[in-house]
Amino acid sequence: MEPLEHLFRREAGRMVATLTRVFGVANLALVEDVVQDAVCRALETWKIRGVPDDPGAWLMRTAKNRALDRFRREQTARVYEAQVTRHVESEQALRAQVDEIDPAATIPDDQLRLMFSCCDPRLTEESQVALVLSILCGFSVAEIASAFLSRHEAVKKRITRAKAHLAGSKKLFELSDDDFAERLSSVQRALYLLFNEGFHGSSTDATVRAELCDEAMRLAALLAENPLTAKPATFALCSLMFLNAARLPARLEPSGDLTQLLDQDRSRWDQRLLCEGQRLLEASAMGKELTAYHLEAAIASLHMSTRDPQRTPWREIVALYDALMRVRPSPVVALSRALAIAQCEGAERGLLELHAIADRERLAAYPFYAAALGELELERGRRDVARAHYQTALTLARNPAERRFLERRIAACATDPDTPEK
Amino acid sequence: MAQFAFLYRGGDPIPDSPAEAQQRMQRWLDWFADLTAKGYIKDRGFPLERAGATVAGSGRAITDGPYPEKDLVLGVTLVDAPDLAHASELARACPVFEQGGCVEVRPIRT
Repeated sequence: MEPLEHLFRREAGRMVATLTRVFGVANLALVEDVVQDAVCRALETWKIRGVPDDPGAWLMRTAKNRALDRFRREQTARVYEAQVTRHVESEQALRAQVDEIDPAATIPDDQLRLMFSCCDPRLTEESQVALVLSILCGFSVAEIASAFLSRHEAVKKRITRAKAHLAGSKKLFELSDDDFAERLSSVQRALYLLFNEGFHGSSTDATVRAELCDEAMRLAALLAENPLTAKPATFALCSLMFLNAARLPARLEPSGDLTQLLDQDRSRWDQRLLCEGQRLLEASAMGKELTAYHLEAAIASLHMSTRDPQRTPWREIVALYDALMRVRPSPVVALSRALAIAQCEGAERGLLELHAIADRERLAAYPFYAAALGELELERGRRDVARAHYQTALTLARNPAERRFLERRIAACATDPDTPEK
Repeated sequence: MAQFAFLYRGGDPIPDSPAEAQQRMQRWLDWFADLTAKGYIKDRGFPLERAGATVAGSGRAITDGPYPEKDLVLGVTLVDAPDLAHASELARACPVFEQGGCVEVRPIRT
């Protein structure tokens, strides 16, 4: 059984996926209601009786019964009938269909189809991610807003609109449709963004961020398990997630402070995730397409290829960043590339690259651009300039862990004995 | 050792999200685990539905509600404790208070 801590969220996502298949996306609101009812009943019952042996089955049974009750009541009101009859001819047929729900057999497929429905390219990427979190992962508006440091009202509006759009689709997305390939890349992109929000994101709550990474990995694993979606890019995406997740235990110190890649205690990397990530990277090396996921996973893999950070193969990493700039250029990629160049060719050269980043004004609010300037200035001994950059970064810090990290770097500007003042 | 019934009253608003439901349930499970480990739980007891029927009056009329939403008894647990003061102290750690409910501690007659 899965750890109990995610039980309700995960099961809510599964129930919504399966019941949406049976009742149709047009009845998404009804489905979400009955799933919430089932979760409430479970809470009220289990808090006293304790959790049953198969909580998932208990919840699904309860949700099925509630759904049939609601359907019966509302059918007489003729509210849902018009939509539902497209899917089922009568209550009896519906009951038969509901009775046939076999969680083990259909849930992964149901979740996949709902995920594809959520990642409609006509919705913005933010909306797709919010929808996935709301419907498939069981997060509340407040939790999503907190994860993305967005305003509650804005997130609520975004989700409400996106759900209305989704409910307007006639049926769940067919995995074999013509525009399947386009959808698959939207799904991959949404999961990539979801993972990144957890990994690099701005939420102050480390557990929230670990959950975002977990959810992204769980859903990406569904893609990797289905023959229709198990493409090289999917493996590369999974590899990237596994390799990064392997570093999570070392990335956040027990106090919640960020640790730089080069200073991490590498013995704390998760070996199981690391091996799985390498295996997936090998599995992704087929076909003709070289995606940004392939390149990012390869970069992560090189960083993790040695226990000794001094032996990091920086030239190969720079070459991969060059390729990444061709496939999916962005100021953040350019920033990482400049830091890799600094490792090969020295701080001076790195600074030139940093100052030459196209669109670097898009990094103006990103603390790690100023921090990178500070790092390289410190390396070449200009402590006062370095301190000024770190102070700029500090004003942009988005959470206490980032603030503590930058304060430590500011302190290092004053005391670093390896760096003679010029 | 005496026996007590804990009657849980009220305090069951709808959770905002599955995650909140989870956290709430966890606090109850932890509370029960603690009392169980210390040997206080005679019987975890059972939760009660909100809806039901009332039979009342000389005519023994059967009605279904209305029930007071507040203070409705929503569950019962049987507890072993040395005395009422001790049992009440155990009840103070119950998570029902977090949602605005209360625990009625009633000695069981023997």
